[in-house]
Amino acid sequence: MSQQPVWSGVSRSPATSREVAHPQPANLADILERVLDKGIVIAGDIRINLLDIELLTIKIRLIVASVDRAREMGIDWWEHDPSLSSGKRDVLEENRRLRQRIGELQAGRNTQSDGAIESGGRQAEEEAPHQRPDDEGTSEQSGDASP
Amino acid sequence: MTEDFAVWLYAVVPATQCVQTTELTGVASGPVRLIAGEGVSAVVGSVPLSDFAEEPLRNHLEDLSWLEQTARAHHQVIDAVGNTGDVVPLRFATIYHDDSAVKDVLMERAADFEAALERVRGRTEWGVKAYVDPDALPTTPEQSGADDSPGTAYLLRRRAQRQGQQDAQQRALQRAEEIRTALKEVATRTVQHPPQDARLAQYRGWMVLNDSYLVDDDRAQQFAALVTSCDARFPEVRLELSGPWPAYSFTGDEEEVQQGDTT
Repeated sequence: MSQQPVWSGVSRSPATSREVAHPQPANLADILERVLDKGIVIAGDIRINLLDIELLTIKIRLIVASVDRAREMGIDWWEHDPSLSSGKRDVLEENRRLRQRIGELQAGRNTQSDGAIESGGRQAEEEAPHQRPDDEGTSEQSGDASP
Repeated sequence: MTEDFAVWLYAVVPATQCVQTTELTGVASGPVRLIAGEGVSAVVGSVPLSDFAEEPLRNHLEDLSWLEQTARAHHQVIDAVGNTGDVVPLRFATIYHDDSAVKDVLMERAADFEAALERVRGRTEWGVKAYVDPDALPTTPEQSGADDSPGTAYLLRRRAQRQGQQDAQQRALQRAEEIRTALKEVATRTVQHPPQDARLAQYRGWMVLNDSYLVDDDRAQQFAALVTSCDARFPEVRLELSGPWPAYSFTGDEEEVQQGDTT
């Protein structure tokens, strides 16, 4: 690809200390993102709705791993696409619930350490981080996901 | 006994445009040809119904390696045609029973095709992706005091960690937005795609930007230079340019494109 005049001129630019990666031979993700989702749509004789459930599984396979990460970062605009957003609300709801719970636990700890009898309180606190392994695991994954 | 074939559409081009199809190999390793219309012509190929009728096609689409092969073949034809002139790509798997059905649709949708051709004339699509390595970003130091109980210290540490990560993400997103704003200056249109699957696209870190920009041919070099300079300006962000692409992301429904523009 470096033979392409448009690119070679740029990559030789002396003004930059490092180069943007050269355009690669188109990678599969780039191609699928375009040929499956873009391009002008006309209804053919052989009707394959690319949003059909079968292809949707591929679409989800392409995207879903990134979705959690992206939502953590507040990128969630494609959630308005109904074909991609079903079932995600539950996760958000669960996440909200877990956050609330962490808040409550935290508030509870503070109150306890203020008012608790020294010996009993100390013991309870030391156990605190291990009390709810399930919740810890879940909140680790989705704790930052809400917008 | 002859096998039955259907007509696979790759793209439409201006009817006046000269298109060399003899050298091209398309979907299902088939030859590529042109169906002439009045204002626009269709670039098509024949595909066997044994693989491309509704039922077998549905099954094939579940097969990622079949999909890859076919998607690449579809893309290669469009790309080759686009290298020598204007091209409006058609959505993958647009299939008709015969040539006369294609001619009908060329006539019925002539206005749409010509509008799309007008939109991309003398322009190509460039893909820009931005990656951030979360490990390279500075983290917030621990805030727990010496006299905190272990439980409180733990929760404070968790909160600091989370806060640090949120801050880093926020900064990365700000950078992405700055880069997008800069690149938009040189492009005529912009479309945002969702971040790609890390396994499929084989990258590490966060993909904080995955955009397509429609750029005039005579500004393509300027655009690429701008990507390079943005990459240099923000060391914590790695930019990747791909293209030129046929204008896939800018030939869909006008509404879709507009929507992409405003986000």
